[in-house]
Amino acid sequence: MIGQDWRGQPLQTTPRYLCTTEGQNPNQIIDRRNKDAFEIERPSTIADAVTALKGEDAQALGGGQTLIPTLKQRLAAPEVLVSLGAIGEMKGVCVGDDGAVCIGGATTHATVAQKAAAHYPALAHMASHIGDPAVRNRGTIGGSLANNDPSACYPAGVLASGATVMTDRRAIAADDYFQGMFTTALDEGEIITEVRFPVPQTANYQKFVQPASRFALVGVFVAKYPDGVRVAVTGASENGVFRWSEAEAALAADFSVDAIAELHVPADDMISDLHGSAAYRAHLVNVMTGRAISAMS
Amino acid sequence: MAVGEYSRSDDMHTLHTTSQNPHVIRLLMGAFVLGIPEHKLRVVAPEVGGGFGTKNIHYAEEAFWTFAAKAVNRPVKWTSTRSEAFMSDAHGRDHVTKIELAMDADNNFTAIRTETYANMGAYLSTFAPSVPTWLHGTLMAGNYKTPLIYVNVKAVFTNTVPVDAYRGAGRPEATFQLERVIDMAARERGGDPIALRRQNYVTEFPYATPVAVEYDTGDYHATMDKLEEIADIAGFAARRAASEAKGMLRGLGINSYIEACGIAPSNLVGQLGARAGLYDAATVRVNATGSISVMVGAHSHGQGHETSFPQVISEMIGIPEDQIDIVHGDTSKVPFGMGTYGSRSLAVCGSAMVRAAEKVINKAKKIAAHLLEASDADIELKDGQFTVAGTDKSVAWGDVTLAAYVPHNYPLEDIEPGLEETAFYDPANFTYPAGAYACEVEVDPETGKVTIERFSAADDFGNVINPMIVSGQVHGGIAQGIGQALLENCAYDDEGQLISASYMDYAMPRADDLPFYSVDHSCQTPCTHNPLGVKGCGEAGAIGSPPSVVNAVIDALQSGGKNVAHIDMPLTPARVWDAMNG
Repeated sequence: MIGQDWRGQPLQTTPRYLCTTEGQNPNQIIDRRNKDAFEIERPSTIADAVTALKGEDAQALGGGQTLIPTLKQRLAAPEVLVSLGAIGEMKGVCVGDDGAVCIGGATTHATVAQKAAAHYPALAHMASHIGDPAVRNRGTIGGSLANNDPSACYPAGVLASGATVMTDRRAIAADDYFQGMFTTALDEGEIITEVRFPVPQTANYQKFVQPASRFALVGVFVAKYPDGVRVAVTGASENGVFRWSEAEAALAADFSVDAIAELHVPADDMISDLHGSAAYRAHLVNVMTGRAISAMS
Repeated sequence: MAVGEYSRSDDMHTLHTTSQNPHVIRLLMGAFVLGIPEHKLRVVAPEVGGGFGTKNIHYAEEAFWTFAAKAVNRPVKWTSTRSEAFMSDAHGRDHVTKIELAMDADNNFTAIRTETYANMGAYLSTFAPSVPTWLHGTLMAGNYKTPLIYVNVKAVFTNTVPVDAYRGAGRPEATFQLERVIDMAARERGGDPIALRRQNYVTEFPYATPVAVEYDTGDYHATMDKLEEIADIAGFAARRAASEAKGMLRGLGINSYIEACGIAPSNLVGQLGARAGLYDAATVRVNATGSISVMVGAHSHGQGHETSFPQVISEMIGIPEDQIDIVHGDTSKVPFGMGTYGSRSLAVCGSAMVRAAEKVINKAKKIAAHLLEASDADIELKDGQFTVAGTDKSVAWGDVTLAAYVPHNYPLEDIEPGLEETAFYDPANFTYPAGAYACEVEVDPETGKVTIERFSAADDFGNVINPMIVSGQVHGGIAQGIGQALLENCAYDDEGQLISASYMDYAMPRADDLPFYSVDHSCQTPCTHNPLGVKGCGEAGAIGSPPSVVNAVIDALQSGGKNVAHIDMPLTPARVWDAMNG
């Protein structure tokens, strides 16, 4: 039998969704219906998730804000999706004994915006401006960091805060975590369980949005700590999020807009596309850094 | 989206499609593509979520799925993905134009010369050559009495997606170049852009332009007067000072526009090279109990025909609007109409409906005269009652319609039973909506980002049937015009790859990109040649708004000491910054 009609009767001819390759045995049928099928698992503990991700061609699923569109465009076809959304121990915001704000890897942007506001207002404000309400209610901090989109907001917040990315197997310092556009220190099957943010004295994030996607065309997160200032830039560089160390040094000496007014980021590694040239992005890094400092003064 | 169906029992093909123009799709697909006789082909385009010209076009997929349904002998449904739509739906605009304006020493316009390269894309879409030619060249006079106008349009094939009609179709392009060059002229002569326009306005009608059309009526000073009031031009200086105080550049952009709508007089567009008739048709079917179904050739995809068309019939007969239904979008139900585009529905199809309703009323009066034992000429229809003039003898609309279908006491020797009439209406001329628009922007000198602070539109649409629908049309049109001016761009890379094939890169205007609008359509010079005196309002916002936005940005940059004469749309932050720092 090569198929059934809607009444369950055997078909006499090959149905249209079952295609044979020309010149081959017509009985060798490719069922196009199942071409993109995948299994989904919803573990409820980190340990179960780690086990599930050891399966062949398994892929972790956070809020799905990047992965689901990728699947819909048939740009990825994992065998198994391991949803991290049912793992209670990976959700929520709390303050650790050392004062750090700890955010579970499966915590949505909307939750961070609400629950972190009292502890780390600049970070919460940043989370409250990611995407739109639908994105913020699905997207997670762990998903954003694992993807490391060069235009995402969270990488700037994490890098500027000198945060620590906690996984199922180790702790990774932010300075070691981001390794270029869509590239991180994560190993295959490694899960971000939590991110720990040392709370700065003061901080601010300025995002200049790309007009279509409203991702950051350039986003600058400035955080001032007792031992120095950290400036992280997203959206601008071909190498993903980066620290603007020249500005950090200048601001450590003189925390004012004037201190960076004459500084310029080299345009060499900047992204150049439909929405702005490398020179424009380099210029915006300076402008947005200045605005962040103004907002903090 | 398209669904093809085929019925073997009667050899009937049916296509359900998201179209503005079901009869024309049937004609093109049946006669020219698939060779299916029209009586064996039905095209259904029911409630469609907006058309904007892009759905006026016959797409290959429509023919393919109609064909496929017969080939597989079962219904076939196809839905494009968003990226497929970006790569296969016709794009809009895409002209490269050089325009020159000549003025005498007293700032009177003496001549206009243009040279345009109009991109057709890789192959011709349905109406593509109409757009830069008779929809564009004929509008190059604008609102002005320029005696000499030379328009040279070269349509060119490229490797892009085909380019075809998009809200305004040719007229936004004409308005943009003219209103930009006038603004440059005003700046060069150190004059007031409003005064320069006023000085050159056409003021006497009818006015035969040097570019083939004759404006029947209008009052451009009236709309500019209204604009100066609603845009509070007088208060601009104070608003600019306030913007400058916070480090922003503020600009004011003004323009006039005129459009040729109510498309179109068939013989005129035939002379200009179009290969279609552009009349429309309506059937007014009165039911026995007096309710009415009006079958219209116009297609409603957001225009609210279901509301405004019954208003007209209700007023003519005097029965409630809820007794009147509009039927559209199905070639098996409605007379051969030419669909909806070019701000034509009420001006052309509405006129056909009025003509058909007049025929119905004339016949009903004869029936009423018989029932009242009076002469036809003495019968008056008011508030749903037929009355013998000067008497209290009357008979209700419903009694007359019942008599038409139950013809017992009925003049069968003189008139047929039943009460249903069809009219085809071919307009004598285009209609010429016109107006004046003002846009105020703030430009961030550090980033180049443009924010629209105020937008005002004073339009003359002739008579207005439903003011709320008209305001809604203007609002939507302005949103599209602002989208074109600031955001939207079908962009290709050096290899010809479309790089704006998703909403990640194609910037649609969103609510927070737009200001609250101030719109007015109280200036009304009724169209002189259609029975409703209406001109059409669907495209005005999209035609009138882009030049005022760009004029405003240039004004802002000039006020900040930036020597920028022009920036090509869309005025993205990057382009504005590049221009400031170029």
